[in-house]
Amino acid sequence: MLQFITAILTSLSAGAIYALMSTALVLVWRSTRVINFAQAGQAVLTTYIGYEVTVRTGSYWYGLIAAIITGALIGATIDRFFMRPIFKRIKSGPIVMIAPVVATLGLLGIIQAIIGFIWGLSYQTLAAPVSTDGYKISGTVIAFSPFNLMVLLSVTITMVLLTVLFQKTNIGLALRASAYSPEIAKLSGIKVDAVRTLGWAIAGAAGGLAGMLYIPNSYLYPNGMDVLLVFGFISAVIGGLDSLFGAVAGAMILGFAINFVATYISYKLVFPTAFVILILVLLVKPGGLFSSSKGRKD
Amino acid sequence: MSLVVENLTIDHGAIRAIDNVSFTVPTGQLAAVIGANGAGKTTLLRTLSGLKESKSGSATWNGKSILGARPEDLARSGIMHVSDGKSVIAELTVKENLALAGLWRKDKKDVAAVTSEVVDLFPVLGQRMSQASGSLSGGERQMLAIGRTLIARPKLLLLDEPSLGLAPLIIEQIFQTIKSLVAKMNLTVVLVEQNAMGALKIADEGIVLNLGSVVAVDSAQTLLNDPAVRAAYLGF
Amino acid sequence: MHKISANRKRLFTFILLGWVLLLIGDRIGELRQYQGAFVAMYALAIASIILLTGYSGQLSLGHSALMAVGAYAGALSINNLKLNPVIALIVAALVAGIFGLILGIAAARLSGPYLAGTTLALAISLPTIANQFTILGGEQGILFDIGAPPARFGEGFSQYKWFFWISSLAALIMIWMISNLLHSKFGRVFRALRDNQTAAQLAGINIGRQKAVAFGLSAGVAGLAGGLLVMLISGVSPSAFPLSLSFSLLTGAVVTGVYDLKGVMLGGLVLVAIPEIADSIGSRVGGSDGFTMALPGFLVSALLILAVLFLPNGPGKLLKKKM
Repeated sequence: MLQFITAILTSLSAGAIYALMSTALVLVWRSTRVINFAQAGQAVLTTYIGYEVTVRTGSYWYGLIAAIITGALIGATIDRFFMRPIFKRIKSGPIVMIAPVVATLGLLGIIQAIIGFIWGLSYQTLAAPVSTDGYKISGTVIAFSPFNLMVLLSVTITMVLLTVLFQKTNIGLALRASAYSPEIAKLSGIKVDAVRTLGWAIAGAAGGLAGMLYIPNSYLYPNGMDVLLVFGFISAVIGGLDSLFGAVAGAMILGFAINFVATYISYKLVFPTAFVILILVLLVKPGGLFSSSKGRKD
Repeated sequence: MSLVVENLTIDHGAIRAIDNVSFTVPTGQLAAVIGANGAGKTTLLRTLSGLKESKSGSATWNGKSILGARPEDLARSGIMHVSDGKSVIAELTVKENLALAGLWRKDKKDVAAVTSEVVDLFPVLGQRMSQASGSLSGGERQMLAIGRTLIARPKLLLLDEPSLGLAPLIIEQIFQTIKSLVAKMNLTVVLVEQNAMGALKIADEGIVLNLGSVVAVDSAQTLLNDPAVRAAYLGF
Repeated sequence: MHKISANRKRLFTFILLGWVLLLIGDRIGELRQYQGAFVAMYALAIASIILLTGYSGQLSLGHSALMAVGAYAGALSINNLKLNPVIALIVAALVAGIFGLILGIAAARLSGPYLAGTTLALAISLPTIANQFTILGGEQGILFDIGAPPARFGEGFSQYKWFFWISSLAALIMIWMISNLLHSKFGRVFRALRDNQTAAQLAGINIGRQKAVAFGLSAGVAGLAGGLLVMLISGVSPSAFPLSLSFSLLTGAVVTGVYDLKGVMLGGLVLVAIPEIADSIGSRVGGSDGFTMALPGFLVSALLILAVLFLPNGPGKLLKKKM
């Protein structure tokens, strides 16, 4: 029973972090029609910045704020000064199909190399602001700590804020309109390019938060969030790639699947499980579990 | 004070879609651009609203060049385009669709005022404010698309095939609404239509395009009575 | 008539190339032989990317994983089944090919971001999976010993020269086969797929099957390259197939022109040269360990971006335009 409850709790807190990554991917996908593979690099770079601030000020919270802000700035900068020129430059020829994806990959490599230049390739540890020791329930220590609880709460709050932003504000309306139909949005007088950059900024901030919440339970190194990128991508695909609700729901499904397999069968099966889920969703319902539309072709 | 298009040439890939086209629409007038499928009508409108680049020539609105400007800037300066195919965002509600063209406007009081004017004009929209626009009928979507542009208090309205795919009764209603808007909202309208008869009936002026070139410009009345135009475009 | 002579011309070109390589192999030192073997291996791996991306329009970021599949299959068949090393290399290609075909059936229904993401997921997770299974030797990996060169080649015939021979010959034969394939009806079908799926479908081409076949073929080629790679480093372990290997291959393909098989040797050279260049820059600048270790990745990625921006159709097209 205790094991079952622990599995639920760890699933939730793992799923919460996947949800941040999948949300970041979906935000960029909706506005730009690109899977931003550089997201793993952006997130880990902002986490390094958060780590640096944490070390210098002695406060995780300053680090967290720094990571979120620089995450947003880096995201906006990449869209404005990297992606936009690429789209402008490459308009025709067979390379169009692969150029944006290849560009985000190249960017991922560049960011990870720059991290290596500045901080080296060795593993760093980022101390959590609250205890990472599991709670004790009737004498048994479970695999769910105050920090996991903090992760769960922070992500819940973030998701509520994002929902309010998207559903209740003018900016949110502009973001949604630009995602669904850039042309109609433009013809209505909305500066779609600026709105798109804002989408990248929000995605970057979500990545920064994801890093600061994930790394204390892991290690900080240039490739430290590659795996999270994969889980975020799988979550986004489960959710249909276009839907923010789907991204969160997909992350929870993946979180539960992975953690229950790890708890009850073997941790060795974590990756195979994730991969099988991805392939199954793509084969059975390529449009995602939460979309009514048929499979999407591009 | 007018829309002046001079020697406008537009390429669509390797094909010349619009070839050396000139015409003038004085403010407060409704001009109908008619012609068969593939005459270049849609391309012309998309260029005037900034969605497409031109090859050569000029187009000015009240003396200011509009070619090469971005569609969002043109929209903000009062040139609104309703693209073909019921241009509403299906995933958003009716209310949200209407709100889009008022998001950037500073005068929120006027946005509220013009929104209620639009609802008066199209009462059916008022009844469906919180429905997803995807659930509207074709005619309702067209009303919503036109209604949205009005929220921005446009000066020049570019309408692309508002009658497309609608039932005859609805077409009649839409055309009458467009006609009434010109006076009510102080508009200048360029109406691109395949339904030449309906368009010329409400228009002041008619421009006939064929394979990218202007073949006739005259008052709508004259065109309606012109035997050649009747034979080619009106079908009798 | 014309077709036959074109095929013959290609065969002669490859035989000539092989002979030139043989002569070169005799005249260079051991280090160059070793590097030459790497160039051939990379060229083969890049050819597998070009076969997939350039000729059937599918983008894979998972070819490092497919190489790993081939490499493990080859190693297991040498160590556990005691197969002849040459046969082990063929097994490597076959197993990776079958794996790729299965993956390709799933991939055929995907395109663009889905395929890229799925193959990326594979590239990131496969090394981790390999780590956890004892039969695959965990983090240390397992031995891949191709054995000493046959005695009849004489005493002076070094192990490195042996590597060079096997690697070059395997790459040469395989690339010749791919080249023939692309000039056959198969190749035309692939190009039709890449250029216009709708038209291809209307022409009665079974898109799904062709894409899966292309993926399987490409995976087989990648598997053979994986086998060669671990032959050169004498062992197979998860760390031999990092995600960055996939990126390098993509860079090699883009640099030489994704739509042109002719440049693969150049691509292989670039991939072998980059770590060397990085090394010499590193020692000249005297940067930190992090700098030296991260520099190759930086150069590969920068080259990838620059190539996409400035040579989107490969250097060949650019030269032709200039002339």
